[in-house]
Amino acid sequence: MMLNSFSPALLLFFQEVVETSRWEQMKISAMNPDLSKFLVIGALLFIIGVAGVLTRRNIIVIFMSIELILNAANLNFIAFSRYLEVTGNVNALAGQIFTVFVIVVAAAEAAIGLGIVIALYRNKETIWVDEIDLLKW
Amino acid sequence: MYKYIWLVPLLPLIGAAINGLLGRRFRFSEKLIGGIAVGSVALSFLISVAAVYSYGFGGHPQWPAPYVTSQDGFSFDWIPGGAVSVNAGAHNAAAGEAPRFALLNIEWSYQLDPLSSIFMLIVTGVGLCIFVFATGYMHGETGFYRFFAYMGLFMFAMLVLVMGSNFLMMFVGWEGVGLCSYLLIGYYFDRQEAANASRKAFITNRVGDFGFALAIFGIIATFGSAQYTDVFSQARAFPIELLGSWGVMSWIALGLFIGACGKSAQLPLHVWLPDAMAGPTPVSALIHAATMVTAGLYMVTRTNVIFQHSQTMLLVVALVGAATAIFAATIGITQNDIKKVLAYSTVSQLGFMFMACGVGAFVIGIFHVMTHAFFKALMFLGAGSVIHGMHHEQDMRRMGGLKKYMPYTYWTFMAGWLAICGIIPFSGFWSKDEILWQAASTEHIPLGWLVWLIGTIAALCTAFYMTRLMAMTFWGKERFRETPAGGEADEAHAAAYDKGLAQHDAIRSAAGDRPRHDAGEHVGPIHEDVSHHVATGGHGGHDHGAHMPHESPPSMWVPLVVLAILATIGGFVGIGPAFKFITGSEHPGGKLNIVNWLNPIIWNPATKDFNVPHGDDHAAPAADAAHATPAPDAAHATPATGAGHAETGSAVYGHTGFNLAHAVENITHSHLVTEWIFIVLSLIVAGAGMLLGALFYVWRPQLANIWAQRLRPLYAASYNKYWVDEFYGAAITRRTMDAARAIYSFDSRLVDGIVNGLAWLSRQFSRIVGVFDKYFVDGLVNTVAAFIMRLMSPLFRAAQTGFTQNYALVMVLGLMVAVVIFFARDIIRAFGSTD
Repeated sequence: MMLNSFSPALLLFFQEVVETSRWEQMKISAMNPDLSKFLVIGALLFIIGVAGVLTRRNIIVIFMSIELILNAANLNFIAFSRYLEVTGNVNALAGQIFTVFVIVVAAAEAAIGLGIVIALYRNKETIWVDEIDLLKW
Repeated sequence: MYKYIWLVPLLPLIGAAINGLLGRRFRFSEKLIGGIAVGSVALSFLISVAAVYSYGFGGHPQWPAPYVTSQDGFSFDWIPGGAVSVNAGAHNAAAGEAPRFALLNIEWSYQLDPLSSIFMLIVTGVGLCIFVFATGYMHGETGFYRFFAYMGLFMFAMLVLVMGSNFLMMFVGWEGVGLCSYLLIGYYFDRQEAANASRKAFITNRVGDFGFALAIFGIIATFGSAQYTDVFSQARAFPIELLGSWGVMSWIALGLFIGACGKSAQLPLHVWLPDAMAGPTPVSALIHAATMVTAGLYMVTRTNVIFQHSQTMLLVVALVGAATAIFAATIGITQNDIKKVLAYSTVSQLGFMFMACGVGAFVIGIFHVMTHAFFKALMFLGAGSVIHGMHHEQDMRRMGGLKKYMPYTYWTFMAGWLAICGIIPFSGFWSKDEILWQAASTEHIPLGWLVWLIGTIAALCTAFYMTRLMAMTFWGKERFRETPAGGEADEAHAAAYDKGLAQHDAIRSAAGDRPRHDAGEHVGPIHEDVSHHVATGGHGGHDHGAHMPHESPPSMWVPLVVLAILATIGGFVGIGPAFKFITGSEHPGGKLNIVNWLNPIIWNPATKDFNVPHGDDHAAPAADAAHATPAPDAAHATPATGAGHAETGSAVYGHTGFNLAHAVENITHSHLVTEWIFIVLSLIVAGAGMLLGALFYVWRPQLANIWAQRLRPLYAASYNKYWVDEFYGAAITRRTMDAARAIYSFDSRLVDGIVNGLAWLSRQFSRIVGVFDKYFVDGLVNTVAAFIMRLMSPLFRAAQTGFTQNYALVMVLGLMVAVVIFFARDIIRAFGSTD
């Protein structure tokens, strides 16, 4: 195998896959959640969020999907923070602090976004995005 | 102090710069402007005096060799030239030398030597008097700052001219004074005649400058240098070109003399100087009497080595000078404008100076420059004072009797009058008498007796017209009361003057504020009758209070007094050998005697070297008759005289024909008696002229009109200045204008036609190109653009849905594509390796 030649990002995805007993592996993994689990969950959350943004018509739901995307990012921050702390990096705390910032910004963004939604509803009497094509003009 | 002579030209320049650049913007008061101008010139004068004293009398080691400021580093390489081929003409060719090369490097440095020190003192000293005078005379003029800026600039240029150490610096000063002369003649530029006069002066001077420039080229080509010291030390060795031979020295001297003719108003280039009187009177005094017009004399004396190498040119100089002297003196007799009389007098006196140079007496020429600077500046300033006191009246026919009203002006003017007439012991006597004596006894050129004769007649005329000026201005009836400015009575008055003398009014007066009647003689019974009529005919003679003359302020008469003192005693620096039995020496006073002072810069043809200082030799001494033996082949013989350095006559210049002084000496058998005969003769001539003037204009005033009518043609010729202006106008000016018009018509038809035709062709061509461009090129572009637009626009329009989610989808797709591209290699490897 040429695992050594993988780039670090893909190494995270693929290093645990090649094991002998699948069940054993899953059991051990459930007991000792390592970085890859969190990253997979973060990626799933991200994809769900993106899909929600792209497919839902209700603008409120879209906002919620955006929150999912942000929280996927938060999860990644936390996971990397934990991982790097274990591997001995003293600056690993930065990830947690970053998460706090993201939450704050997300709250502010949600406040502004909901304000826009209210203003939009007052003017257009709708919150369905396929009825809002103002960007064309 | 001699180390600081570079400050002498610089200070007036600084003063002029301050006045000229700041005077208008910051609205300098007249006091400030005058203070800056006078102060800078006064400082220059003090430095000059100190420098000359320390050079000549302070035991300067170099005396009498020239001191050049580059010795002390006060110089810079002005024109660093290259190697020039030196073609020393016949001299070189005769010696069989190959053409050689010299390194031409022209430096800007000032030279202090006997000649430049005299001119420094004249320019700054007389200039100082005139500057002080001008602060009073120009009071209230609008361009006060401008006037003093020009005057300061003139002082700078004149000092560069006389202090420069090479010919190119002289040329710069030469052109500089010409420029300032132009600016100052045209000071009242809103008056047509002043503007015309300034242009006339400038253009006439161009003719002379052309010759001067050619002479400088000749000097550089011959000697490989423009530095005086280099040129003259080389020129010494050249053979003397006698009458009939014409070599390189004669060519150079000819060019130089043409330049001198232009600047010093000699025939035939004299026409600008009388018209130059359109400038303010202090300008006339400073530039057109005392300093600038003597630049030609300075140049001829500076290059006396070259002139003395060409007997032909000496003769030309003497004859031109004599002709100018008599020519201008006869014109001066009939002029009515007080400044015009003085202007022609200046031309005449300049002729005297050139006479002196032509007969080999350069020192005496410079002596006359000096005394003339004193008395002519005095008389011009006196005339300015009269004009000022008469409320800008310049016509002497409207003056008379001013003695009572302007005592300072009158008594100082009296000194100038006696000086120019040549009355012993006023300054003019010493120089003019010496010139006439030198002319009579010259051994440099033939025809000395003719020069003497002309000069004597000119001196007679001088005494006559100056007495006339005195009589009409200061003596006699007070005519200013009787001549109201313009009006009916004035016309009648003028008509009475003109009775029997129907001159056309060809001559405009060059200065003055209003046109006036220029024709005719004027004093005499006719005039008195008319004036009586006028006085009793309703005017009553009392309502012209505004025209009452008044004495000028102290700032004007103090310089007059200073100049009067100088005009009185200034001649004592040049007491001649004839007074040896009184003074005990041929040239008494040591270095204070101008002959002893200037002799070191005069080349002696006999010794082929410059005169030794403190010698009792003479620029052109009267040799014994025995030495006048015909010796045509003696040109290269060593001088046979015992003194060894005193004789410059027949031994060098060959037999010069009849010599008046020798002829007289042969009769009297005494040198001293001969000299005294000439002195008494010149005094008699001066006295006769004055008596004649007094007879015509004081005692028997009717004689003037009677003789004017009897000598009608002569009178008309003199009054109309021999029609020289008319001749030049017809022969040169109008022909030049015709040529200009012909060239203009050629230019406007052929040259402009070609240009305009080409322009027309271009326009036609561009019209065709324009049509092609408009219909073909633009059409193509528009068609293609329209096609592309119609084809592509639905696609791009469709992309812009306006729905946020569409854009977000595109972003996500783009992100995915980016991720795939970014990790493409790893993905391929990962999946490839699992196969």
